[in-house]
Amino acid sequence: MSDHNITLQDQSIEQQTTTLNVGPTHPATHGVFQNIMELDGERVVSTDQTVGYIHRAFEKLAERRPLYQITPITDRLNYCSSPINNMGWHLTCEKLLGVETPKRVDYLRVIIMELSRISDHLICNSIVGVDTGAYTGFLYVMQYRELIYEIYEEVCGSRLTTNIGRIGGFERNFTNTAFTKLEKFLAEYPKVLKEFENLFSRNRIFMERTIGGGAISAERALNYGFTGPNLRAAGVDYDVRIHSPYSSYEDFEFDIPVGKTGDNYDRFLVRNQEMWQSLRIIEQAYQKIQEFKGTDAEIFHANIPEYYLPKKEDVYTKMEALIWHFKIIMGEVDMPKGEVYKAVEGGNGELGFYLISDGGRTPFRLHFRRPCFIYYQAYPELIKGGMLSDAVVTMSSLNLIAGELDA
Amino acid sequence: MALNYQYIQTKLTEKFGDAVGNFEESYGMLCFESPKEQNLKVLQYLYDEPSLGFQFLTDLCAVNYPDNKGRELAVVYHLHNLQENIRIRFKVFTAIENTDMYTATKLYSSADWMERETFDFYGINFVGHPNLKRILNVDEMDYFPLRKEYPLEDQTRIDKDDQMFGRN
Repeated sequence: MSDHNITLQDQSIEQQTTTLNVGPTHPATHGVFQNIMELDGERVVSTDQTVGYIHRAFEKLAERRPLYQITPITDRLNYCSSPINNMGWHLTCEKLLGVETPKRVDYLRVIIMELSRISDHLICNSIVGVDTGAYTGFLYVMQYRELIYEIYEEVCGSRLTTNIGRIGGFERNFTNTAFTKLEKFLAEYPKVLKEFENLFSRNRIFMERTIGGGAISAERALNYGFTGPNLRAAGVDYDVRIHSPYSSYEDFEFDIPVGKTGDNYDRFLVRNQEMWQSLRIIEQAYQKIQEFKGTDAEIFHANIPEYYLPKKEDVYTKMEALIWHFKIIMGEVDMPKGEVYKAVEGGNGELGFYLISDGGRTPFRLHFRRPCFIYYQAYPELIKGGMLSDAVVTMSSLNLIAGELDA
Repeated sequence: MALNYQYIQTKLTEKFGDAVGNFEESYGMLCFESPKEQNLKVLQYLYDEPSLGFQFLTDLCAVNYPDNKGRELAVVYHLHNLQENIRIRFKVFTAIENTDMYTATKLYSSADWMERETFDFYGINFVGHPNLKRILNVDEMDYFPLRKEYPLEDQTRIDKDDQMFGRN
């Protein structure tokens, strides 16, 4: 500080901050987020967050729906990685019902979940690129997300809101086309990811824009309930896939990449590294699946007639199958009593389902632990004192998905 | 030393006596409850005691049991010890007429919005919360929508004159 401080009068123009309303539908927020920011020049003094613009009362809706009708609701949480949500929900139901899934089902699920992790991270990282001024990466990798969506399409028929799988497994076995598409993706994608990394990781402009922006210490991150890549970027190696393995993740060899500073650059690097690890997992899972021969290679669901729809040809020809089909579709199967909490590693953190059943046909209470609802509260602390343009980068590098945040 | 549920139960009973109770293990998670006046003390103890170390708040939500007289609302904390990798579920019951209980925001910054959400949907009044107002619903709302007394709209209702939405 210089000795020649000028004393300003109260309410003089130099002392005033500017209020800027960013959002709710601002092109730079990538979702419905409103921030009323107090700016001192271009520096952020404080911000007031408003959320809830696309709140759809999923938890209330779920209280009147049988299990299968809740799966499409979970699609609409984190819609960049719907299959993880769907499978997280099915795993929760399986935990409540005490269903054991065959190994082949687990591996097929792992393939789909890791594919959607890749597509989720791909969007997030390329959007960080867009916000720092590099549009090329985003447009380029979109083609490869398309390959992933084609695999979903082959497996379940839809792309974005997938409603993939059933309690106990999948609705049908993977076709040969699905495996061919997977092979194509595994062959082409590593080269693209390498190119994508080359575009950004050591890019001077990108580094200067992201290093140091939106940083958080490990301690604060834990206190704020961070999970997923955002927590790992701060240096904590917590991953649900390792800590409470589900769907046979314990059978796979993979590393958990961690960062150091928890800033935008580290978050970017951690996500990139995780994509490499996901590729490793998919390759291992695909190898394991090829080891199933004969009738074992036909297994794609657990044997639970009370909750798994019978074959269509049986429904048309046999009375019992028709009855079960109706009972399941109309949700006339009672669940056991109990309370379960099941967490999966979603695209942006620990996605938890807290399900209470009172023995009826619908959940008594269902609560979603949405990772980005919990860590978005740290946003004012992350951007305080930084530039407005860094605040935009921080927002996209946190991987906030409005659909999940507002539930 | 590996932390286990037996040890947690012994430690809690030693410290709080009968104030913590109803220990049960359902689907592999230890679950217990305490009176609502004690909720912050129990959370603080679980946080501070080095051999327990539940310093990560995974989830906070409420449940409405309309038939439980005097215990209509329950606030459920899911806590996680990340080092020992062990999870517990802690419940606090309250009557629907007086829903005051202490906030956990001083222990966990993450509790801020989760408590606001719980207030928004169930009307739990977290005493000491820095900014207890609605978060997902509009500020003008004057009821707590996730309570069981507010049913979802009957989809077969015919009394609505609403041509625009295909009903008549």
